[in-house]
Amino acid sequence: MTFEYSSAPESKAIVTIDPVYKLFIGGKFVAPKGGKTFTTINPATEEVLAKIAYAEKSDVDKAVKAAQEGLKVWSKMAPSERGKYLYRIARIMQERAREFAVLETMDNGKPIRETRDIDIPLSAAHFFYHAGWADKLEHAGVGSNPKPYGVVGQIIPWNFPLLMLAWKVAPALATGNSVVLKPAETTPLTALLFAQVCQQAELPAGVVNIVTGDGATGAAIVNHPGINKIAFTGSTDVGKLIARSVAGTDKGLTLELGGKGANIVFEDAPLDETVEGIVNGIFFNQGHVCCAGSRLLVQENIQDELLEKLKRRMSQIRLGDPLDKNTDIGAINSREQLEKITELAISGDTEGAERFSAACTIPAKGFWYPPTFFTGVTQAHRIAREEIFGPVLSVISFRTPQEAIEKANNTPFGLSAGVWTDKGSRILWTAKHLRAGVIWANTFNKFDPASPFGGYKESGWGREGGRHGLAAYLKGAK
Amino acid sequence: MVTTAGALTDGSLSSIKGFLKTLSPVDQVGADARAAMLATRSIKTASKKWAIDMAISMIDLTTLEGADTDGKVKAICNKAIRPDPTDPSVPHVGAICVYNDMVSVARKHLDESGGHDIPVAAVSTAFPSGRASLEVKERDTKDAIANGATEIDMVIDRGAFLSGDLEKVFSEIVYIKSLCGDKAHLKVILETGELVTYDNVRKASFLAMAAGADFIKTSTGKVAPAATAPVVLVMLEAVRDFHQMTGVRIGVKPAGGIRTTKDAIKQLVLVKETAGDEWLNPELFRIGASALLNDLLMQRQKLTSGHYGGANYVTLD
Repeated sequence: MTFEYSSAPESKAIVTIDPVYKLFIGGKFVAPKGGKTFTTINPATEEVLAKIAYAEKSDVDKAVKAAQEGLKVWSKMAPSERGKYLYRIARIMQERAREFAVLETMDNGKPIRETRDIDIPLSAAHFFYHAGWADKLEHAGVGSNPKPYGVVGQIIPWNFPLLMLAWKVAPALATGNSVVLKPAETTPLTALLFAQVCQQAELPAGVVNIVTGDGATGAAIVNHPGINKIAFTGSTDVGKLIARSVAGTDKGLTLELGGKGANIVFEDAPLDETVEGIVNGIFFNQGHVCCAGSRLLVQENIQDELLEKLKRRMSQIRLGDPLDKNTDIGAINSREQLEKITELAISGDTEGAERFSAACTIPAKGFWYPPTFFTGVTQAHRIAREEIFGPVLSVISFRTPQEAIEKANNTPFGLSAGVWTDKGSRILWTAKHLRAGVIWANTFNKFDPASPFGGYKESGWGREGGRHGLAAYLKGAK
Repeated sequence: MVTTAGALTDGSLSSIKGFLKTLSPVDQVGADARAAMLATRSIKTASKKWAIDMAISMIDLTTLEGADTDGKVKAICNKAIRPDPTDPSVPHVGAICVYNDMVSVARKHLDESGGHDIPVAAVSTAFPSGRASLEVKERDTKDAIANGATEIDMVIDRGAFLSGDLEKVFSEIVYIKSLCGDKAHLKVILETGELVTYDNVRKASFLAMAAGADFIKTSTGKVAPAATAPVVLVMLEAVRDFHQMTGVRIGVKPAGGIRTTKDAIKQLVLVKETAGDEWLNPELFRIGASALLNDLLMQRQKLTSGHYGGANYVTLD
C-alpha cells in the first residue's frame, strides 16, 4: 500500500448562492431594465451556479449616474473617514474570507489552496494598504493637492476575479473616486458578494456600482461620456480597442494587458528552488496569469538536468477537484479558453516542438488541461510569441547572458521576468537589461500591494499598486 | 548514470571539494517556502490512518538521558514491542535508540520479551558533541556493536566541517563505517542546528553519503533547532539526487522536535513529495522521537473509536 491522500474537500456549506443576481447600483440590488440574464457555471463540473443580470446601455447609464451622485458624497468626505470605510471593508473581507475563497473556487475553477492562501488574503491586503493612504495623499509624491478623476469605469478579467477587483477598487476609493465596475462574464459571483460587503460596511450609496454583462456592457462603460477614467485588465486586443475608443476624449486610461514572461535560469541557479519557481511561474492558477513565466530561458549546459527535475516535479502536481485542499491545479476557466490553449499547444506540435505533459487523470466533466512544456522551441514558434494563458510552458535555451537578454526582450510584451542565479551581481545586471515591468529574482509570482505592477510595450499603460498605482487615480498628478 | 558512491570522491580534500562544488546551491527562501507549502497538505480519514501506522513503525524510540536506568530502558523496550497494550493491531516501532552502555540491557530485554526483530541503535562517537579522539570513537562504536547494536548513530565533527577540514569529517565516517561492516547500519548525524545554512546541510549530506552512510540523520536532539521541515526537505532532495547519481538509496532520519501526529504526518508528506514513495518505509525513513509515540497512539484511538481517550489511556514509560 502507498500513501494516497484521501479527498479533503472544503465544505460548500459556507456559501449561499442566490438563483438570480441583480445589478448593484446606488447601493441597492436592482433588476436590469431589459430583464435579460446570462448564466455562470462551475468550470470544474459545468453545473450552472446562478443566473446573472445582463446590463445593457441604459443600465450602465443608470450606474454612471449613481456613481456621479456617490462621488458628490465621497470626494467631499474627510479623507480619514474614507480610510475608515476602506479599513472596514478590509476587515469584513477577512472575516468572510472562507466564504469568498469557496465561492471564488466554485466560479473560477482555481484550487481552494490558492483562493484561501493567496487571492483572498491579498485582496484584503490591498484594501488595508490603500486605507492607510486615504488621508496621506499629499505625501504620495504626486503634488500638494491631488484630485480624483471622478467616476472611474473598471473592467476586470476572470483569472483573479476578487483580487483584480481589489487592485482596482481599493486605490480608486482611497483617492476619492467613485466606481462603475464590470466583472468578467464567467466570474461575476465574488464581485456580487463584494457588493454585499459594501452594504455591510455601509459604504455611501453610489460609491461602488457593479454591473454584470459581456463585452458590449464593457463597451458601454468605456464609451459613456460620464466616465472620467478607464482602468482595464484583460487581453491586449481588447486593450487596443479601448485605447482607440478613448482617444480624443479627456478620459484617463490605465491598461494591464498580456504578457509572455521570460523566466531566465543561469547555470549557477539553485536548481531545486528554481524548479519550484518554474512550476509556480507557469502552473499557478492554471497558467491564467498575465505575468506568468511562460517562456523558460535556460542556459544550455544545465537544460537536461533542469528538465529532468522539472518532469519529476510535474509528476507530483495534483490536478482535480478545485475544492480539495490538496489540489495544486484546478479547472480551466471556460470551454473557450480551453479551446484557445488546445489550439496554441497543437501549433507547438505542428511547428515541430516536442511536448511533455504530466500524466494527470483528467476528470470526465469540466474543462482541464494537464501541466505541459515544450522543448525545442525557438523564437520563431507561435508558442514562443503568443500568450497561451494556460499551463503550457515553452522552453528555450541560451548560451550566454547576452543571448538570454536578447531573447527575453524579443517579444511584443514586457510585463514580467524572472532571474535565477546564485550570483547577486548577475541578478542586478540582468534586471537592468530586461525590459519588463516586474522582475523577480530567485522567486516568481510574488505580489504585494506596496509594489507597483505593470508592463512595457503591449503589456500595458500605467502601474497598479504602490505609490505609482495611486498616481494613476489622481488627476493632474505627475 | 550509475556509479558507486566511492567513485564520487576518493576521500582526498581536493577530490571532496571538487565533488561538493558540483552540487547546486540551496536558496533559503525558496526551500522554506516549499516546506511551508507542503505543510498545508490536508491528510484525513484513510490516508491519516495509514500515515499513523507508518509513522509508528518508523519511530526510533529514544531515551538519551544521564538519568537512564535499566528499568527505564526496559520500559521503553516493552513500549516498543507493544505500543498500545489494548490493541495488538498497532505495529511495533522501528528501533530502540540508547547510549552505548544501555545497548546490552535493551538487546537482552527485547529478546526476552518477543522483540527479536526490533533493532537496537546506539548513539556513538562521543555523542552528542563528537569532541574526542578517534581512538575513543572507535572504542565507543566497537563496544556498542559487541553488545548487540545493529545500528550505529554517529555524529560528525562539526568543528572540522565548519573549519573546512572536510577530509577529517569524511575519513572518520569511512572509518566508523568500516567498523560497522555488515554487522551494523550506519546513521550519520549532521547536527544541522550547528551547520546552520542549507548549503552546509546539502554538502554535509553528500559528504556523509559518499563516505558510506546508510542513513543521514538531522540532529542529536540536544541542539535546537533540530529537524525543521526545510532541513528535512534539503536532506530528502540530497538522497533523491544521490540515488540518481549512484543508484543507491540512502535513508533519512529526522530527530528532535517531532512531537505530534501532525508533525509526523508533515514529515511523511515531505518524504512522499520530495524523495518519493520508495522512501516511505522504515528501511529508508526513521523518526527519532520519544513523546511522539503516545500522540500517535491517541490519534489512532480517536480514529478507531471516534473520540479522544486522553493521556490516561496511553501508557507512560
